[in-house]
Amino acid sequence: MSDWPILSLVTFLPLAGAFFILLIRGEDEASLRNARHIALWTTVLTFLVSLILVVDFDYATSNFQFVEKHPWLGGTIAYHLGVDGISMPFVILTTFLMPICILASWVSVEKRVKEYMIAFLALETLMVGVFCSLDLVLFYLFFEAGLIPMFLIIGIWGGARRIYASFKFFLYTLLGSVLMLLAIMAMYWQAGTTDIPTLMAYDFPLEMQKWLWLAFFASLAVKMPMWPVHTWLPDAHVEAPTAASVILAAVLLKMGGYGFIRFSLPMFPDASEFFAPLVFTLSVIAIVYTSLVALMQEDIKKLIAYSSVAHMGFVTMGIFSLNRQGIDGAMFQMISHGFVSGALFLCVGVVYDRMHTREIAAYGGIVNRMPAYAAVFMVFTMANVGLPGTSGFVGEFLTLAGAFQANTWVAFIATSGVILSACYALWLYRKVVMGELVKPSLKYLTDLTPREIAILAPLVILTILFGVWPDPIFNIMSASVDNLISTSISTASPAIDPAAIAAR
Amino acid sequence: MYQAIVFLPLLGAIIGGAVTLVGAYRTRRTELLAMGGGDGHGHHHDDHAHAHAHDDHGHGDHDHDDHHGPDYPVAPGARFVEVVTTGLLIVAALLSWVAFINHGLGDGEATRVQVLRWITSGAMEVDWALRIDTLTVVMLVVVNTVSSLVHLYSIGYMHEDAQRPRFFTYLSLFTFAMLMLVTSDNLVQMFFGWEGVGLASYLLIGFWYHKPEANAAAIKAFVVNRVGDFGFALGIFGVFVLFGTVSLDTIFADAPGKAQATMQFLSWPDAPAMTVICLLLFMGAMGKSAQFLLHTWLPDAMEGPTPVSALIHAATMVTAGVFMVARLSPLFELSPTALEVVIFFGATTAFFAATVGLVQNDIKRVIAYSTCSQLGYMFVALGVGAYSAGIFHLFTHAFFKALLFLGAGSVIHAMHHEQDMRKMGGIRRLIPLTYWMMIVGTVALTGLGIPMTMIGTAGFFSKDAIIEGAFVSHAGMAFYAFLLLVIAAGFTSFYSWRLIFMTFHQQPRASFETMKHVHESPAVMTVPLVILAIGALFAGVAFYEFFLGHHYAEFWKGTLAGGDHPEIIEEMHHAPWWVKSSPFVMMILGLSVSYYMYIVNPRAPVELARRHDVLYRFLLNKWYFDELYDLIFVRPAKWLGRFLWKTGDGKIIDGLGPDGVSARVIDITRGVVRLQTGYVYHYAFAMLIGVAALFTWFMFSSGGGH
Repeated sequence: MSDWPILSLVTFLPLAGAFFILLIRGEDEASLRNARHIALWTTVLTFLVSLILVVDFDYATSNFQFVEKHPWLGGTIAYHLGVDGISMPFVILTTFLMPICILASWVSVEKRVKEYMIAFLALETLMVGVFCSLDLVLFYLFFEAGLIPMFLIIGIWGGARRIYASFKFFLYTLLGSVLMLLAIMAMYWQAGTTDIPTLMAYDFPLEMQKWLWLAFFASLAVKMPMWPVHTWLPDAHVEAPTAASVILAAVLLKMGGYGFIRFSLPMFPDASEFFAPLVFTLSVIAIVYTSLVALMQEDIKKLIAYSSVAHMGFVTMGIFSLNRQGIDGAMFQMISHGFVSGALFLCVGVVYDRMHTREIAAYGGIVNRMPAYAAVFMVFTMANVGLPGTSGFVGEFLTLAGAFQANTWVAFIATSGVILSACYALWLYRKVVMGELVKPSLKYLTDLTPREIAILAPLVILTILFGVWPDPIFNIMSASVDNLISTSISTASPAIDPAAIAAR
Repeated sequence: MYQAIVFLPLLGAIIGGAVTLVGAYRTRRTELLAMGGGDGHGHHHDDHAHAHAHDDHGHGDHDHDDHHGPDYPVAPGARFVEVVTTGLLIVAALLSWVAFINHGLGDGEATRVQVLRWITSGAMEVDWALRIDTLTVVMLVVVNTVSSLVHLYSIGYMHEDAQRPRFFTYLSLFTFAMLMLVTSDNLVQMFFGWEGVGLASYLLIGFWYHKPEANAAAIKAFVVNRVGDFGFALGIFGVFVLFGTVSLDTIFADAPGKAQATMQFLSWPDAPAMTVICLLLFMGAMGKSAQFLLHTWLPDAMEGPTPVSALIHAATMVTAGVFMVARLSPLFELSPTALEVVIFFGATTAFFAATVGLVQNDIKRVIAYSTCSQLGYMFVALGVGAYSAGIFHLFTHAFFKALLFLGAGSVIHAMHHEQDMRKMGGIRRLIPLTYWMMIVGTVALTGLGIPMTMIGTAGFFSKDAIIEGAFVSHAGMAFYAFLLLVIAAGFTSFYSWRLIFMTFHQQPRASFETMKHVHESPAVMTVPLVILAIGALFAGVAFYEFFLGHHYAEFWKGTLAGGDHPEIIEEMHHAPWWVKSSPFVMMILGLSVSYYMYIVNPRAPVELARRHDVLYRFLLNKWYFDELYDLIFVRPAKWLGRFLWKTGDGKIIDGLGPDGVSARVIDITRGVVRLQTGYVYHYAFAMLIGVAALFTWFMFSSGGGH
């Protein structure tokens, strides 16, 4: 099947769906229903097509697969697509979550339904494009353009303070990106190409590596987001509609981590090692700081947003521990956080759709009316606190194991986040779900509808399946992570070998 | 067979969970329809208000073990779930005894049953696997026996509760997690079981989720355990760095060679690796086994239903720490420092918990502190190197402590959910079977027996062995431990008999109405009591020779590090007579004082408390640990969280960053071109132009680069 451009297909199929929605005229119920159905079936089809990638993927090689390369814009830049074990999981994560997001918006989005669906489909194209691009300029195009639909979604379909939130979101991400663009230009001047595989093998001088690393860092750290450039995230989440929160937490944040693994480590290995202490510091601050802040939140979404920042702290810490467990763990944590945090935002959406408030104080005792919801929310709460047996544990554990090898202080402080996460997550659960149902407004809550069950059930299954049997994801990543470590890291620094330490 | 032992409870939990969920989902929907969807206020509303008022009355009184909850109809499938989960557990328990006889008493080889690959990341290779050796089969017997009896007992105890399917689901889930813990062949799977029992404990303590105290206690249990798990996790990482694996077989094989290894830990460049690792792991054990400093969750956990206390907070989960140290004894053996710490915490806990137990008035809390104290005994045994004595006490303790808890449950059941001993008294003739069972539990706990013979209850064999072990040990902390343990033995006897006298003897203090309804529990509850009582009486004499006596080596087959140097066991047998009889003397002393104070002269305790008011309050308030922790951990964390949020994020980061910048930007744009229209499209458009402009520049400049 490698003779037809499957990556392009996955990337641009949603755009085709968006085009069809554009053709629909009228604002009556029938045409809105059509728009919803087109969006749903487009995303489902895209997901099914993307599964071909999994089936045909060659687990043994770290090379880029399904490669498409066409000269573009006069030959300086190429339309170059391809995936390896590091990008493929993100592509699948994106295509998997999109139908869920469309379904989650089925009834809660009432105004400008067509535009909303078009924005989401365009967003999917751009997100998939980010993970498939093998040319820096192409990557940058997708990376930046992805901001626009998200900006519009928050700004148009968001909550009361949506203008402030979307503005903040844009300001932060764009400022970081400008520096990245400068770095891309500098790399082009130095290496004469923007081709990612070529650049990964290119040896930049150390001083230049440092500047380039910092420029990329500026952009990626905002995306992650890392402390102290995280404050856009809680605001964006609070104002964003449910599905946008899901995408924001599940996919957009991952672009930061993906960027570190795709660019910073292989292209600037010496600088990565040089700046690792900086990343460690910011990561552990993020973990403890945002966990403490999460403890005091009064808004459900804000609490989960802050916990996302803490979880991303584990990711950056894992990546820059520069060893196998750290990077495996960071990758896994990103995938797992993708559907766990997505699911948590969906859970918030479920009660928000009923009560139209996210205030923790407005709830209490809803287990009495929504037992199925309580059970589902429990599963994701436990995944969020990293309980073994859920997917949340595997990534957290491996990143910590990686960090312990790199620096025990880092592991020590970061592990305390495990205590704090239990505090805020269980406190939230207690306030919202447990207790006596006394508020009259909650008396007539209905439990999950079949549509909501259809949305949440796959996520529950994956959370537990990957918690017990994470092999499928590790198998996909294995060759590529091996290659990353052997080609980039071990040349920069002597591999941290547990046995070597033990021998002392 | 081993898969069956471990996974049958899981099967029960899955079936139970499915029935619970589907049942609850349907019931709530039907109710809602009956209420007329969202319209039927008025009449129904009043109904609910009435129900809640009734409930509120129920939990207003802290001491009530009120488990009626909201007035729901009994969940569908309750009987089905009870029968299925209990049946599966009984099968698992019988199989466990078969395994025990084959393995421990027979000469079965230690085996490993591979189930599934779990985590594979470089050298970190973790499997789901079952490790079967003597230590495992002992634990299998303990866990499955007590669990199946508790399942059975709960059918009677919980019969008024509408949400039984959920309860039995949690019980079976807990059992599964506990079994995964004791059969683990690597540290990560042990951690899975470890946190899994934590989850189940959280769910069961908070089973009556309408009670605020139950919710608070559930969270406290989980969080305090997480503090321990923090150490456990770091310990695992340390082991991984030192050994390059988390698999127990490899670790044990390599351990002797690493005795002198050092590692960088925090700012300590050449820390003795083995000591650091063992202390970190022990921190996990302290959390799970409610040892001094991390004990505060256990008494609060009594908010859960009583069968839960018997299963989780007496016989199984809280002994996980003891199991862990015994399992990892080849590592602890290499760090004398760590062992000293284990002795210190064990002895301190044994003493501390016993002092608090002296004055508690809640029948369950007395037993909870007693558990805490007995766990301290077990740790002392481990610390002095008498691992088998620690495990033996774990084994016997499971029987008599589960018996005491279930007996207390039977009392509570009879007294209509009264837990305060000050409101009991004089019911021994009304519930004679329960009374005698509690007596059996008490004599087993206090270790009744004739010193230097083989006549005695279970506790007589195991507890006295620990005290002898502490005496003959050469560890620096050994004498401290010996002294505290002997004193604690006296306290144990005192509070145990105090419990019996206050509950069953004296004048009745309950209302006439309550007394009229005091009734013996149904057979489904008393049969488990009788079975446990048999264990409490005879488990000691029946298994002493295997655990500690002549068949010691054949029984343990080198599972415990002590197997390599049984001299401590040997020396224990030759402890001087006064050491051997000291627990007996203390037991008699405790009994006599208790008898005097609660039977002969009931005014005496009141007098004593009045005269030593400060001491009494100190003990009654559990040495003020809750207040202390609130002051030094909870409040600062909350304050810091609010400060970082409002000031850190709000004033500093946002104030200097985006808000400041955007304010300036808005000022400028407003002043110069009045672009600030408030429509997002305009912003989006501006952004697009910006991006386009940058790309244009890029294209030009890149052309120039060539």
